[in-house]
Amino acid sequence: MIEVKDLHKSYGRHGKANALNGITFTVKKGEIFGVIGPDGAGKSSLFRILASLILPDSGTVTINGFEVIKDYQKIRQIIGYMPGRFSLYQDLSVEENLKFFATLFNTTIEENYYLIKDIYQQIEPFKNRRAGALSGGMKQKLALSCALIHKPEILILDEPTTGVDPVSRKEFWDMLDRLKEQGITILVSTAYMDEASRCDRIALILEGKFIGSNTPQGIIDDYSEILWSVIGGKMSTLLSVLRNHPKVKSSFAFGDKLHITVKEGLQTFDLKQYLLNKGFNNVCIDPIQPTIEDCFMALTS
Amino acid sequence: MKTIKFLIEKEFKQMFRNPLIPRMIVAYPIMVILVFPWAISFEIKNIKIDVVDHNKSTYSRRLTEKIEASRYFILNATPPDYQTAMQNMESGETDMIMEIPSSFDKELIKNRTSGVGMAVNSVNGTQGLLGSNYIMQIVNDFSSELRGELMHTLPLKTRASMIKMPKIEILQQYKFNPALDYKNFMIPGFMVLLLTLICGILPALNIVMEKENGTINQINVTPVNRIVFILAKLIPFWIVGLVVMIISVSAAYLLYGLWPTGNIIAVLLSAIVFIISISGLGIIISNYSETMQQASFLVMFFILILILLGGMFTPISSMPTWAQTIAYINPFTYLTNTFRMLYLNGSSLADVSGNLMNLGIIAVVLNGWAVISYKKRG
Repeated sequence: MIEVKDLHKSYGRHGKANALNGITFTVKKGEIFGVIGPDGAGKSSLFRILASLILPDSGTVTINGFEVIKDYQKIRQIIGYMPGRFSLYQDLSVEENLKFFATLFNTTIEENYYLIKDIYQQIEPFKNRRAGALSGGMKQKLALSCALIHKPEILILDEPTTGVDPVSRKEFWDMLDRLKEQGITILVSTAYMDEASRCDRIALILEGKFIGSNTPQGIIDDYSEILWSVIGGKMSTLLSVLRNHPKVKSSFAFGDKLHITVKEGLQTFDLKQYLLNKGFNNVCIDPIQPTIEDCFMALTS
Repeated sequence: MKTIKFLIEKEFKQMFRNPLIPRMIVAYPIMVILVFPWAISFEIKNIKIDVVDHNKSTYSRRLTEKIEASRYFILNATPPDYQTAMQNMESGETDMIMEIPSSFDKELIKNRTSGVGMAVNSVNGTQGLLGSNYIMQIVNDFSSELRGELMHTLPLKTRASMIKMPKIEILQQYKFNPALDYKNFMIPGFMVLLLTLICGILPALNIVMEKENGTINQINVTPVNRIVFILAKLIPFWIVGLVVMIISVSAAYLLYGLWPTGNIIAVLLSAIVFIISISGLGIIISNYSETMQQASFLVMFFILILILLGGMFTPISSMPTWAQTIAYINPFTYLTNTFRMLYLNGSSLADVSGNLMNLGIIAVVLNGWAVISYKKRG
């Protein structure tokens, strides 16, 4: 159980750069809580405070009853932290890294092997290879094994899937699901909106503030806009033409489509006609269900 | 206990997996002891001299030959006039000019005295000063030689009074370094230099490397005690320092036959205390730096101060007071002094105990600081 109350953190001499502006949330035992937001939103600062690596300016954090400022030594025993950048010893082998962190936590690989078995087995054939020579996905698995080796009650994973290929990303989330089954509370951050659905609850973070927090479905249910997708023609000109329409509230590119929100009363064929007049013949407009990213866009505008 | 053993093991693994560092630890001392003592010497030799001989007599030629025969001088040219010689000096061909007047031999015979003119390029102050001293010696030698030869030309009465005149001759006796071999003086200094470089730079770059690689974050979230962590960082460098010391003592003996006339145990013991203090300094620098670039810049800056204000090249007694104050808290000073005492003066452990105590105090202060300045959270 993690309880965070009104957390503030600023950097720089006069506190000019605000990283966190009053963050409050609770993570229940045994759930996967995702903090989702773009780069520079304050995710890493938040996680570093939770991992007892930096001190907040104000606010309180309690992890399983321990206060993060006062009882940081106890906190370090019960959390497993995985920084965003691969931070294991590149010049030590896979096995040496794991053994090293096990020893620092006064435990052995054998003692908690059952916990990491699933993950570690996949990289065990390369256990004598130096960590620096592993592929991105394997590095991620090793880092997770090292974070788990002391049997933490809470895992704090800072952007674990950044820079990892889609297959490894999926595998990684499957592993988190299995860890969750073992009763481990997982706090994870990501910049990939599509990963939000893998969490039990998510919080959207922007400029050091949570702009929304709910279950992924709850966030989507709260979405009140009329959302259409638009396909056809030259994307960039289409985007600017749509933005000039008085009844279109917002429009963003989503891969090969455009997602637009419109004011009430506008019909799809009205817009189609409007675009036809502007010279777009093959336009396809459909009402669609919002994704987390649509919600994020709506919440930020 | 198990943790510290494992941490040290990790440091050594990393050290030996780096292809350069183990080789450097062996090659560096050998190279320094092999090469530098020949090049870094304050003996002034091979001063180039022009002799302008207006006299062209047997006497003037004898004086010129005497200069040419000296190991300090190289006779560059014998130009016909002072102007040409001056041009030579301006173009850098010569360092000194001696002008022998045309009346040199006549005056010598008639008055038993004569003078020569000297001009010295003193851009390099030491060379200028020593050069003119050497010339003075040669000229004095020459004049006493002549005095003996010309004695019979004097009237009997003067001769008698001259023989009665007391004659003082200075007999120099060089203690501790009888051959006046500059190498013997410099090699103990080079050993200190080596320890400073290796045991100062390597630790300074160590923790900051963990910062750059992000591994420090992983260490900081473990329950490892910071004293244990810093000790595990320091101990490998103490061992490396001792290895470097053993290699340089052996190299000095094998290459130059230089062995401490004093206690060898005292040499190693004082080296260990010094290594402890200097590696503490390295760790402090590492703790305060965020990047390798900062750390290397800082460590170079401090090492330069330690070396230049440590009495290896220039005696501390001739420094201004503020520099002497720095030298007084500089571990380099104490070890250079101790090594020279042990190598040249044949001192015992008791003789250098004062220096050892000062080194010990510096070591405690620096290492305490190294532990305190390491923060497990920012």
